[in-house]
Amino acid sequence: MNGCTERVYNGLIKENPTFVLMLGMCPTLAVTTSAVNGVGMGLSTTVVLVLSNMLISMLRKIIPDSVRMPAFIVVVASFVTIVQFLLEGFVPSLYDALGLYIPLIVVNCIILGRAESYASKNPVVLSIFDGIGMGLGFTVGLTAIGLVRELIGSGKIFGYQLLPLADTATGQAGYVPVTIFILAPGAFLVLAGLTALQNKVKLRAARKGKKVTEASGCGEGCASCGGCNGKVFPTGNEKE
Amino acid sequence: MLSENKLKMSSSPHIRSKTTSGNIMLMVAVALLPAAAFGVYNFKLPALIMLISTTASAVLTEYIYQKFMHKKVTINDFSAVVTGLLLGLNMPASAPWWMGALGSVFGILIVKQLFGGLGQNFMNPALGARCFLLISFTGQMTTFIYDGVSGPTPLALLKGGEPVDTMSMLIGTIPGTIGETSVIAIIIGAIFLILMGVIDLRIPGTYIVTFAVFVGIFGHFQNPDIGFFDPQYITAHLCGGGIMLGAWFMATDYVTSPITKKGQLVYGVLLGVLTGLFRLFGGSAEGVSYAIIISNLLVPLIERVTLPKPFGKGGEK
Repeated sequence: MNGCTERVYNGLIKENPTFVLMLGMCPTLAVTTSAVNGVGMGLSTTVVLVLSNMLISMLRKIIPDSVRMPAFIVVVASFVTIVQFLLEGFVPSLYDALGLYIPLIVVNCIILGRAESYASKNPVVLSIFDGIGMGLGFTVGLTAIGLVRELIGSGKIFGYQLLPLADTATGQAGYVPVTIFILAPGAFLVLAGLTALQNKVKLRAARKGKKVTEASGCGEGCASCGGCNGKVFPTGNEKE
Repeated sequence: MLSENKLKMSSSPHIRSKTTSGNIMLMVAVALLPAAAFGVYNFKLPALIMLISTTASAVLTEYIYQKFMHKKVTINDFSAVVTGLLLGLNMPASAPWWMGALGSVFGILIVKQLFGGLGQNFMNPALGARCFLLISFTGQMTTFIYDGVSGPTPLALLKGGEPVDTMSMLIGTIPGTIGETSVIAIIIGAIFLILMGVIDLRIPGTYIVTFAVFVGIFGHFQNPDIGFFDPQYITAHLCGGGIMLGAWFMATDYVTSPITKKGQLVYGVLLGVLTGLFRLFGGSAEGVSYAIIISNLLVPLIERVTLPKPFGKGGEK
C-alpha cells in the first residue's frame, strides 16, 4: 500500500474520526438528524479539510512555530467562509438545515487536529490524501448516524418514506416513528450504538488475524509524532 | 463453662439481616398491587394487557441480556418485575401494548443493564423509559381515555383554572395513567411498605410537604384567582397526577436516592420544588417524572455534600 492510499484507508477505517478518534462531536451530534444533513456536513468539512491541509502543508516551513495556531485558524476560516458562501448560493436548503454549524467548521477539532499533527509536518500530496481520508471517514460516520436516526425517527431514508407511517385518524396500520431519535438524546444513543458495533466488528476481525484494529485511537494517530523519536523535536520532519 | 461449640471465633459481621434485594423488591411489587388492581378495575382490559406487556417484556429483556452477555441471570430478584410494573402503571391505558413493551426494553436494557445492572443504574429505569416514550410518542402518551371519552386530566383542568372534583380524584375515578389515579390504593401500598420497613417517611414526606408549600405559595402567581394556601387547590394538586405514585414508589428507589439522612431531606425538597415548578410554570400539566429523573442525576452530588464526618475528623484547625 503506498502512502496516499494508506492515508485514505487510515482516515476511513483505522482512525475514523467519528467512531475511533471521537473528534468533531459537536457537528456529529447536532446535525445528523437526517442522512442528507450528514452527507452535507461531511462533504463541506471534507472540502475545507483537504484545502486547509494542502495550504498548511505548503506553508509549513514559513509559518513560525510560535504562532502556528492563529495561522492555521486564519487558513481554515478563509476556506470555511468560501464554503459557506457557496452553500448559501447553490444549496440554500442544506445551508438552512446546517445553520450555525457551517461557521463552526472553523473550530472543528478534526481540521485543526490534522493541521497540527499531520499537515504541518508532512509533504503536500500526502497531506491532501490525509485530508481526503479523514474527510471521507467523517462523512461516512455522519451519514451512518444520520441514516439510522432518520430511519428510526421518521421512517425515511434520504427523505424517501421507506416505512409507511401509521395513521391514527383512519386507523391504518404502519410504522410509528420514535421521535426521540431525531431529537438530541437520539444522537447520543445512535453514536454509542454504532461505535459499539464497529468495535465489535473490528475486534472480531482482529481475532481472525487481520490487522485492522492494531492501532485504534492514538497508536497510529500519533504516527506523525512517532516519527519524531530520536530527532530534534520542533524541526519539520518529513516522511521522505 | 463454655462448651467448645459455643465459643466461636470469627471476624465481623456477627449478625446478619435476612433481608435481600429479592425480598425488598417482592414487597414493593406486592405494595403496587392495590394500585394495579384499581387501574384494571378503572380502565378494564387494556390496562391489564398493558401491565402484563410491560412486566413480561422487562423480565424477558433482563433474562435475554444476561444470557447473551454470559452474566448471572438475576430475574429472581424481582427488580425487573418492579420496573415493568411501575412503567405499566405510568402508561395511559389507551396506548398500544407494544409501546409499553418498547419502554420496558429501553428501561431495562439501556438505563439499567448497560450501566451495570441493579444497583448501578443512574436513574430510575421505569421513569427513564416513561420519559423516553413521552418524548417519542407525545400524542399517545398524553391522551387519556376514561369511560370511552378522551378528556383532560384533572391536572390539566386545574392548570386551566377550571374546577375539579377532589373526591373522585381521591378514589381514582378520573382519567390518567393506569396506576396514578387512585390516591387511596397508592396509600394502602405505601402504608404496607412503611410497616414492613422498606421505605421511611423521609423522602416522600419532605417531597410532599415541600410540594404542598410550593403550590400553596406559587399557585397564586400562576392563577391569580387562587388565594395563598387555598386548601382545596393544594389537595387537588396532591391528589392529581403522578405525585403520590412518584413520591411513595419511585422517589424512594434505593439505587437512585441518597443514602445519607441529610441528603434524603435535600433530595425530597429538590423533588418538591422541581415538581411544583414544572406543574405550575412548565409547558405541560404534569412534571413528576422529569422532576424525579433530574433529581436522580443530582444524587451523587447530594451524597458527596452531605457525607457525614467520621468521629474525630475535620475538627478545628
